[in-house]
Amino acid sequence: MWRWLHPYAKPEATYRLVEKLLPWFAALTFISLVVGVVWGLAFAPADYQQGDSYRIIFLHVPAAIFSMGAYAGMAIMGGIALIWQIKTAEWSIPAIAPVGAALTVVALLTGAIWGKPMWGTWWIWDARLTSELILLFLYIGVMALYFAFDDARTGAKAAAILSLVGVINLPIIHYSVEWWNTLHQGATITKFERPSIATSMLIPLLICLAGFLFLTISLVMMRLKNEILRHELGRPWAQQELEKN
Amino acid sequence: MPFDSFQDFIIMGGYGLYVWLSFFLSFVVIALVALETAIARKSLQKKSQQLQNRQQRLAKRQRSVSQ
Amino acid sequence: MINASMRQVWLAVLKRDLRIAARRRSDALNPLLFLLMVVTLFPLGVGPGPDILARIAPGIIWVAALLASLLGLERLFKDDFQDGTLEQLCLLPQPLAFTTTAKVMAHWLLTGLPLVILSPLLALLLSLPMQGWWALALSLLLGTPALSALGAIGAALTLQVQRGSSLISLILIPLFIPLLIFATAAVENASMGLAVHGQLAILAAISVLTITLSPLAIAAGIKMSVN
Repeated sequence: MWRWLHPYAKPEATYRLVEKLLPWFAALTFISLVVGVVWGLAFAPADYQQGDSYRIIFLHVPAAIFSMGAYAGMAIMGGIALIWQIKTAEWSIPAIAPVGAALTVVALLTGAIWGKPMWGTWWIWDARLTSELILLFLYIGVMALYFAFDDARTGAKAAAILSLVGVINLPIIHYSVEWWNTLHQGATITKFERPSIATSMLIPLLICLAGFLFLTISLVMMRLKNEILRHELGRPWAQQELEKN
Repeated sequence: MPFDSFQDFIIMGGYGLYVWLSFFLSFVVIALVALETAIARKSLQKKSQQLQNRQQRLAKRQRSVSQ
Repeated sequence: MINASMRQVWLAVLKRDLRIAARRRSDALNPLLFLLMVVTLFPLGVGPGPDILARIAPGIIWVAALLASLLGLERLFKDDFQDGTLEQLCLLPQPLAFTTTAKVMAHWLLTGLPLVILSPLLALLLSLPMQGWWALALSLLLGTPALSALGAIGAALTLQVQRGSSLISLILIPLFIPLLIFATAAVENASMGLAVHGQLAILAAISVLTITLSPLAIAAGIKMSVN
């Protein structure tokens, strides 16, 4: 496996691989998101409790799941960057962080908008929303640290360490927020809790989940291409690549 | 199909504002990230061009000095 | 595993930091005065009624303590970084992750411990019920070591950043949240006369975990900047 992975430590090889894979992931993103969203919006039945407002779930849940997934991915890349000193893994951290932050923002926005008809207010200190907000702060910390350094290489390394620290803390934060929420559950009524979801709603949700996974991967790949080019700007292959279009 | 007409589909049983707003805002956020990435690539192209021009100028000067 | 030379180095680093602090007393004193002033602001802001003050006292004291602990952090490694001491520490045969714990310990002795000692005064000012006092002191005693350890991570990562203090706050505040939740819950429970062992145990567990793992991150951050 290592022999197979080794060429990708070379930035150009990674760039070529990403370039080859990106169209496929973009196509998969487009197909699954269109199918999932149209199915979810137009064909899935209305919820007997929440009516049609539940349709926000097709964005909210995938965005929330992959906002956390992206953080985990970033931390894994951080670990690889620190242990094996692989440059492309380092550069993938500034590529992943903004995408993860955007997904977190989507989860927060859709959660707040969903909250308005369900709870009557835009914002409530619900455990999940609060965790997402803190996750956004963690992403902001990683990005701010990366951009604070004049030398991008050091910045990426610092961001790698911070993402590892954050990923150890994330479960602790998550469970402490959940516990805090049950402690202070005054007027809060969690209406999201349902025993199970009907198959007719689950299938479009799963398609949307796949769509967001491909979307995350595609966006990260797009940004990773930029990051690789930025660090290799003086090299002939990067110059040729940038002249192509 | 849970909706009888297109009008029904837009209204979403009274929740149309919330549903469409959330879909619209999500699209905007994701599109902004994609747009930023595209802009970053454009600026990289410009930077690369500048770098190349500079190198060529330096090479030319070097040649004229050595002659 | 810890032999005589390691103990010697550890104590030397600790003593050196304490001696430097003793020569620049204002550095150690300022966060405490800041804390006292922030706590004073709240009765002025929300009104001096003892009911509402006692209700929000644990939160105020702990939030103020978190903010105060952020104040001097930028200086924690920076002076040593600029005068080369940190490079010397990196070159020692003793692992850097180990020697940095002495610096964290010194930081805790200078900022965390005074907080614990000051806490009865803060509790008095905010009319916290008597039962809450010891819980407040205990929660600070168990929680502030983790604050120092996490703070040292932030300080190590921002060594090369010119004006890093706002960046340190940005990085660290999300990481402080679990401590805040369990500490304030413990104090609230105590002032209502309920059991607090659970919360304090979790607080202690978080502190132990943080103190054990943070030296690795601190050492990695310092090495990144020194090279």
